Amino acid sequence: MAAAAELTLLEKSLGLSKGNKYSAQGERQIPVLQTNNGPSLTGLTTIAAHLVKQANKEYLLGSTAEEKAVVQQWLEYRVTRVDGHSSKDDIHTVLKDLNSYLEDKVYLTGYNFTLADILLYYGLHRFIPRSLDV
Amino acid sequence: MRLFVSEGAPGSLPVLAAAGRAQGRAELLISTVGPEECVVPFLTRPKVPVLQLDSGNYLFSTSAICRYFFLLSGWEQDDLTNQWLEWEATELQPALSAALYYLVVQGKKGEDVLGPVRRALTHIDHSLSRRSCPFLAGETESLADIVLWGALYPLLQDPSYLPEELGALHSWFQTLSSQEPCQRAAETVLKQQGVLALRPYLQKQPQPSSLEGRLVSNEPEEEELATLSEEEIAVAVAAWEKGLESLPPLRPQQNPVLPVAGERNVLITSALPYVNNVPHLGNIIGCVLSADVFARYSRLRQWNTLYLCGTDEYGTATETKAMEEGLTPQEICDKYHVIHADIYRWFNISFDFFGRTTTPQQTKITQDIFQRLLARGFVLQDTVEQLRCEHCARFLADRFVEGVCPFCGYEEARGDQCDKCGKLINAIELKKPQCKVCRSCPVVKSSQHLFLDLPKLSQTSSVLLCYQLAARVEEWLEKTLPGSDWTANARFIIRSWLRDGLKPRCITRDLKWGTPVPLEGFEDKVFYVWFDATIGYLSITANYTDQWEKWWKNPEQVNLYQFMAKDNVPFHGIVFPSSALGAEDNYTLVSHLIATEYLNYEDGKFSKSRGVGVFGDMAQDTGIPADIWRFYLLYIRPEGQDSAFSWTDMLFKNNSELLNNLGNFINRAGMFVSKFFGGFVPEMVLTSDDQRLLTHITLELQHYHQLLEKVRIRDALRSILTISRHGNQYIQVNEPWKRIKGGEADRQRAGTVTGLAVNIAALLSVMLQPYMPTVSATIQAQLQLPPPACSILPTNFLCTLPAGHQIGTVSPLFQKLENDQIESLKQRFSGGQAKASPKTAAGLTTAGPQQIQALTEEVTKQGNIVRELKAQKADKNQIAAEVAKLLDLKKQLALAEGKPLETSKGKKKK
Repeated sequence: MAAAAELTLLEKSLGLSKGNKYSAQGERQIPVLQTNNGPSLTGLTTIAAHLVKQANKEYLLGSTAEEKAVVQQWLEYRVTRVDGHSSKDDIHTVLKDLNSYLEDKVYLTGYNFTLADILLYYGLHRFIPRSLDV
Repeated sequence: MRLFVSEGAPGSLPVLAAAGRAQGRAELLISTVGPEECVVPFLTRPKVPVLQLDSGNYLFSTSAICRYFFLLSGWEQDDLTNQWLEWEATELQPALSAALYYLVVQGKKGEDVLGPVRRALTHIDHSLSRRSCPFLAGETESLADIVLWGALYPLLQDPSYLPEELGALHSWFQTLSSQEPCQRAAETVLKQQGVLALRPYLQKQPQPSSLEGRLVSNEPEEEELATLSEEEIAVAVAAWEKGLESLPPLRPQQNPVLPVAGERNVLITSALPYVNNVPHLGNIIGCVLSADVFARYSRLRQWNTLYLCGTDEYGTATETKAMEEGLTPQEICDKYHVIHADIYRWFNISFDFFGRTTTPQQTKITQDIFQRLLARGFVLQDTVEQLRCEHCARFLADRFVEGVCPFCGYEEARGDQCDKCGKLINAIELKKPQCKVCRSCPVVKSSQHLFLDLPKLSQTSSVLLCYQLAARVEEWLEKTLPGSDWTANARFIIRSWLRDGLKPRCITRDLKWGTPVPLEGFEDKVFYVWFDATIGYLSITANYTDQWEKWWKNPEQVNLYQFMAKDNVPFHGIVFPSSALGAEDNYTLVSHLIATEYLNYEDGKFSKSRGVGVFGDMAQDTGIPADIWRFYLLYIRPEGQDSAFSWTDMLFKNNSELLNNLGNFINRAGMFVSKFFGGFVPEMVLTSDDQRLLTHITLELQHYHQLLEKVRIRDALRSILTISRHGNQYIQVNEPWKRIKGGEADRQRAGTVTGLAVNIAALLSVMLQPYMPTVSATIQAQLQLPPPACSILPTNFLCTLPAGHQIGTVSPLFQKLENDQIESLKQRFSGGQAKASPKTAAGLTTAGPQQIQALTEEVTKQGNIVRELKAQKADKNQIAAEVAKLLDLKKQLALAEGKPLETSKGKKKK
């Protein structure tokens, strides 16, 4: 899924009415958002966090210092490990590691649903066999 | 909580620095583990550093750990920091891990290492300098700075991997590196071993995937558009709309130019070329051309500017040359002074005055400074052993003696150095010395000489009041250097001179051709050139105006910029300031010393004796216009490192940057106005896209100003080319040639695009003026740019060609350079050039009269073919093909005749 489409989906799920337009930059087609009251923003997770704040849903970025750091860690994981042209082995390792991490958890931060879950879900979507895609 | 680290793991740097910042907020235990140990239970691959939290959870991302420390200390997350951290993880890290792998594991060096990260480094530098904030996310140092600093430190702590042209990155990096938490982290991780401390860890890591060439591209830096705020756009648009009105009034021309209180008074000098050498391209770029760009820029800023230079005429070399040519030294100087002046005129160097050092003013001012130094006890006498030829009745300068080398026995060793074994020789040590002129054997005689007492010790009675010169110079440098624009090489040379300690300098010579020494017992001697050559700037000014002291005894009001190659730095940065400070006469001292590195020729050095390389007087015989030479020399200006002139590269730069980029854009913009709007600039209705372009151009213009204010001449030229690239892209995307045929809205859009484009062309013509004055004037004439707009370069992009303005006739600006032409020039200058090749016969090939005759006939024949086809209204493509043939023949003819190439007229480009 192209980054722009993903961000549009995110806007919808956050209940943001006004649709933003996104341009793409460079070979990897990194999304760019031109904001009204500030400089433009570049990068999927940067824009996503910005949209969350716009929707006044800061809790999706974590509540405590620990949660906030954990959310950002998995957002980084999404753009560095899940995205890009990883080999089959890489993807296998990613799925295995996530599976073992989530063994005793409901969401990535434990019990609270956050932006990390949304973006990781989007990112993994293409790797999950259809049979698991409920 | 517990932090797991491993010896030499680069991630420890930012983590420890961030922990240092948030110190006292949390108890931190540090455990060192092996590089292959798996600390995090759910991760398959080993990963350090890792932070185990009290909850039992793990943070395994370096940035996340740093973020956590900052969050604990009360910091709040913001968009800009997020953006930097995302960029660090996705762009910087892949590039950096490749660079570190090459450097540390594979032992590569130089460009192999720097190549992968150059783009990323430039990105940081641009972001810092565009926002003109000292730190990445604002006015204070924060998370983004620590994370990026930590990532970059292992590489950038070696200054050879911190490109000097990236000034903003440089100062950001230095600021952070000097902070305590960062210093301590660096010591802990690198243990004073530099980047090699990372080897044990990096060797155990898999080869970075970015090495496979996916993420690391070596293509030239993509011109990334900076992000714009609404405010920036509003400011840029407001400035644009004010247009010509907002230009300040033109400064009236003064003659002579004198400093004015309350104004910025800029005095510019370029190193005085030694009179008896014809300067080569390296000399030209090193001093006069670089200074000329700055002088022209300074005038465009309406600063009160005086630019001076002249020939340095005294000394042994002139005496030798005079003997060779059978002329008197004065005749030699007169002859060569004219040759120099002609060359610089051809290169369009805008001196306010080009003087010479053999004038009565030179004697007067030099002797005055000497008398003052003498009166203040800064001159001492000593005896020097020298060779004297009794037959010629004179002491022999080193180059006037030959003999047998005392080291290797070589028969024709010179008085200063042996050509065979290369050892330095003291002339009196030569065996069987001979006077080069009369071949008789000189004798060793002692001769009294005067020395400038730099390290004067406060032992003699009179000195209690005046402390030593060396200390004064050091004190002055300490005051002057910080915050000034002295180039890095100049600072380095000065520092190493001071570190080695200043020694007494001999200031007299046993010669006739020089400034006489006004002291009893020294009637046969003259001042050594290095003592009085730098005084030449003063005497040349005195020959320009009798009020010269307003420039040279006015340090409060005058900004002195001196341009030179690096070998001249000690004389301008230490020796002359010592004399001037010792003379205690309130002399103006250099504020900004701008030194270039060396320019090589193709793969070697310029050599007059071997006929290798292009010398000033030959450039004009190549048929290539002066502005093209200026452009290419400035494009490769040895700024920060040596560079090389290459014919092939010159062809490439001319055809790609000038013809296809700059020339193409300016020509298209003008042609659209002529063709579609009858020569009148159309109405412009700016859309938000146009406003953004306008803002990008304003920012690039401001970047150009920032660079030139710091005398980064080569870098500022890139800004011009960047703007014209934006312009070309803008035209390409908006396709005014299609829209003009469309409906009302499309035609209006075509008008706006054309109007904005032609205004960008007008702006470029002014920005180009310091670099290519003739081309600049041509563009301004074609566009009929109003006079004040031609002479002032504001800091904003203004609409200088408003709707309704009528432009003149537009024609192409540049000529393509062809391979054959360049190959033959390369041959011609590759060595063994006939010294006496007369200018008139300077054809590129060995074209004889028959060949010229044959070509002339072919041109006539081809001309008829074209005319016939046109008369028959033949197919366009067919005509174009025949026209191309005709132009090519004409060019061959011009080359064969040794005529300069004319810009072909009527060649149209869409």
